[in-house]
Amino acid sequence: MTNHWIDLRNSDCIMVMGSNAAENHPISFKWVTQAIDKGATLISVDPRFTRTSARAHVYAPIRSGSDVAFLCGMIKYILDNNLYFDEYVREYTNSSFLVNPKFKLPADNEGVFSGLKGTKTKEGYVNGKYDKATWSIQKNTDGTPKKDKSLQDPNCVFQLLKKHVSRYDLDKVASITGTPKEKLLEVYKAYASTGVADKSATIMYAMGWTQHTVGVQTIRAMAIIQLLLGNMGVAGGGVNALRGESNVQGSTDHCLLFHILPGYLKTPKASQPTLEAYNKKYTPKTSDPMSANWWGNYPKYSNSLMRAHYGLNTTLEEAYSYTPKLDDGKNYSWLTIFDDMYKGRFSGFFAWGQNPACSGANANKVRKALTKLKWMVNVNIFDNETGSFWKGPDMNPSEIDTEVFMLPCAASMEKEGSVTNSGRWMQWRYKATNPAGEAMPDGEIITELHYRIKELYEKEGGKLPEAITKLTWDYGLKMPDGKIKHFDSHEVAREINGYFLKDVEIKGKLYKKGTLVPSFAFLQADGSTSSGNWLYCNSYTEKGNMAARRGKVDPSGIGLYAKWSWCWPVNRRILYNRASVDKNGKPWAIDKPVIWWTGSITKWKGDVPDGGWAPLAAGKASRYPFIMKPEGHAHIFGPGRADGPFPEHYEPLECPIEKNPMSPQFVNPTVKRWDIKGIGTELDTRATCDPRFPIVCTTYRVTEHWQTGVMTRWQPWLLELQPDMFVEMSKELADMKGIENGEIVKVTSARGEVVAVAVVTPRFKPFTIEGQEVHQVGVPWHYGWRQPHPELKELRSANLLTPNVGDPNTMIPESKAFMVDVVKKGGAQ
Amino acid sequence: MSEKAMLVDLSKCTGCRGCQVACKNWNGLPAETTVNKGSYQNPPDLSPSTFTLIRFQEMDDGKGGLKWLFRNDKCFHCGDPGCLKACPVPGCIFKTPEGAVIIDPDKCIGCKYCYHTCPFSVPQFCSKSEKMYKCTFCYDRQADNLPPACAQACPTGTLIFGDKADIYKMAHKRVGEIGGSASVYGDQYVGGTHVVYVLTEPADAYDKLPEKPKIAGSVALWKDVLKPLSMVSLLGGVGAGFLYYIMKGPKRPDLEEGGDSHE
Repeated sequence: MTNHWIDLRNSDCIMVMGSNAAENHPISFKWVTQAIDKGATLISVDPRFTRTSARAHVYAPIRSGSDVAFLCGMIKYILDNNLYFDEYVREYTNSSFLVNPKFKLPADNEGVFSGLKGTKTKEGYVNGKYDKATWSIQKNTDGTPKKDKSLQDPNCVFQLLKKHVSRYDLDKVASITGTPKEKLLEVYKAYASTGVADKSATIMYAMGWTQHTVGVQTIRAMAIIQLLLGNMGVAGGGVNALRGESNVQGSTDHCLLFHILPGYLKTPKASQPTLEAYNKKYTPKTSDPMSANWWGNYPKYSNSLMRAHYGLNTTLEEAYSYTPKLDDGKNYSWLTIFDDMYKGRFSGFFAWGQNPACSGANANKVRKALTKLKWMVNVNIFDNETGSFWKGPDMNPSEIDTEVFMLPCAASMEKEGSVTNSGRWMQWRYKATNPAGEAMPDGEIITELHYRIKELYEKEGGKLPEAITKLTWDYGLKMPDGKIKHFDSHEVAREINGYFLKDVEIKGKLYKKGTLVPSFAFLQADGSTSSGNWLYCNSYTEKGNMAARRGKVDPSGIGLYAKWSWCWPVNRRILYNRASVDKNGKPWAIDKPVIWWTGSITKWKGDVPDGGWAPLAAGKASRYPFIMKPEGHAHIFGPGRADGPFPEHYEPLECPIEKNPMSPQFVNPTVKRWDIKGIGTELDTRATCDPRFPIVCTTYRVTEHWQTGVMTRWQPWLLELQPDMFVEMSKELADMKGIENGEIVKVTSARGEVVAVAVVTPRFKPFTIEGQEVHQVGVPWHYGWRQPHPELKELRSANLLTPNVGDPNTMIPESKAFMVDVVKKGGAQ
Repeated sequence: MSEKAMLVDLSKCTGCRGCQVACKNWNGLPAETTVNKGSYQNPPDLSPSTFTLIRFQEMDDGKGGLKWLFRNDKCFHCGDPGCLKACPVPGCIFKTPEGAVIIDPDKCIGCKYCYHTCPFSVPQFCSKSEKMYKCTFCYDRQADNLPPACAQACPTGTLIFGDKADIYKMAHKRVGEIGGSASVYGDQYVGGTHVVYVLTEPADAYDKLPEKPKIAGSVALWKDVLKPLSMVSLLGGVGAGFLYYIMKGPKRPDLEEGGDSHE
């Protein structure tokens, strides 16, 4: 979230799209309800009428996989009706920047942007990659971007956007999305009404937006809308991802994903042999003295990270040489890992706190991949479908050689540590009770594993042993044998914050060796500081553990609660808040100010500003508000993405129509297509526009269960509420198929089949897409076969149906739009 | 302590069922083995181990759209409780000064009169223990100045616990804000209930919600004339039998009514 949970209450219009917050983030509705009480409009856009829709003022149905078209239609509505926040758009975004005249939009280039290289088929390009040479900004001789502040130049970003979205008229959008035109208008009108200075609107999205082959572009479309309406940086605005786990924000910040190191630093590549080459590659430069270009500090953060890993045991260059590198061009995402596992390319696997046999897209491929392993370690609080995959209903244990080890671990309330919520608040939690039986906290399991691996390297050598043997490991009190007996999460938190490794003088003040660094502004590139994650530098200082603070005072009046826990970066509760004020530092919304300028001596008041420089009117002493971009302006034109600088509608890999109504390019041209011969396996099947699978399907969660249900299916009070796998469908579809409410049915896709209870409901309605009737169904992904009803020996896991194809930027699988059929199984349960 | 009440503002409920689980948690009630029969509503009804239940109901909004109603159903803790009037065992059902109406399971003989008298069919018979059970308004928590578990768990402000006078006022104010067909339900019935709804739809739109709840006249006859008489003349059994006969006719061994056990 650029904003935070409590801030939802400050909004004038809340759109819940790509999420179902009332059900899956129920506590968020504490704040949504308060916003409604103050007069806010709540919009719910969802293929199905949900518990969120039940509370919404406007409900608009949408076919899964058509969100980009829906949002491009909104951009067109905002531009056509001049509802954008002119000063904000002109001054704070790159709308005035002039783009390379050779750049081509999809309308003029067979549905793709200029520069695409790839194989052309009758569906357009597949497995393509963009050469982004034409996606560049024209430069003045001093290196600054060429601008037309009148926004009239045909090559300026604003005019290009206008031209691009002109194709998304109401008829076209309604025909792609299945949303009735009057509903589109109702949503557009309500949301766009916040394009004035004192109003704000916010978006609450989750995996309903990300899990598509156009997931990132959907969020880009929304970011563009928020910029056009001046809703970034302000109270009650922002682009707010509702995270799917309590600590997903924290684990992502600390590099859960393969392509990032802690603090969103880049994972080095094999082609970057030295730390110097690596830092040079990722340290952006700016020619504009008014651009803060914050990432210009990159080497301070990356070098401090090297120090956190290896301390003073090595030089910085040595530390870098021990850091794992990605092979250039190789992708190590979830889908690739399981493809490699299936192809027998590696033999061991730690399934740590996860249940891929149920959570992985195309779960039959995942389950078969597990049979190819020599060993697997399952670290979890309960046995699950992954640990027991070898005795699954369709498995023959005598044919499976995988040796499975179960390591029981402590549950979250059985250990101490921090959880970072969606609003970036790092909140310290205390241990409530001891782990059951032999279960251990994850930190202790990892520590023990570290010692064993280190001993093996010391004894037997191997490739690059120093990468392990020289690691610092100071996470607790060391015993006479030099080892830690009990892992101490406070030590980890301190390492994440970072230390001065020698006496350092900064701006005339001496910081002693061994003391904690006050904030990332003090981190150094010369190796004199360490920090396990620069974004968290300031979270655990000489003043104590900031995350454990529980101050309940809110002088801001807008719910910032600055002394409750701690928030990255540097306790800034609303990101990009320098965009919440005009050039004199006066808040756009005077009744809900985030920050405001009080003069050259008293400076900014309110939230921690996004940099303390004077407001823009101060000229060269000031900095543009979007400090993480090299030019200081927010990206309406976003050339950083793999699949285009503007969002464009492409159909999901599997869809109910034969052609993309927008262009000859059917599917996102840059996705990795395992279904193409010679790339994937016989299990990577695709059935689009196939009469065998005529129904659109999506997956989702219910309030009563969590993830694959490993925690909740064993909880009788929760199982009682939602006892079994179900498939929701319209009365119209049920009538057509002769299915009764409550009947047991089979849902089938090109990849698998699932047994489920039919929930026949008016909350699903057939769509009209390109003139034809299209039905959609939905399945929750919380179930498996271990519990409940192991005796039925039936696979009841939604991901047996989903395709393994991912967004080209993130590789998140397209679990939210694919094609199925539903058939009677016969007999009631 | 002053008289308490709980507001159930259905305009704010998201059907998350935190209340339903919190109730089981606080009261140590076992889960039931349920089946998905095509609805989110589960368990299907109140039971000896389910004191509070969200009822899910889909409804045409008359404008081509849909409404999905969520109703937190539990004991209303009537000001003039029919169950208390009907109970033949002295002290088995009692009212606390705060307004909670409580069944003491140690004294309950499982006659089910309370169920039959309750205009909302709340008390539930457990065939194993042969006793009646229902919501206690968490009177044990109230004694420690804590709100009932369901209200504590509610994230949206649907369930609000407070002084009865304040809650009644709040309910009427809220109905004024919502307008349309919203109404306050409970304050004008059965002596003024200690659980009051803000309904968004007319009362008769809701499943299993009586439009104008009242206690049968026969119960008043029992309570005011025959019960005192029976107590002094040890005619309790006869009196109870008489009451049963006039309400339900002759007793049959295969008793269908009375909230059968869902163990």
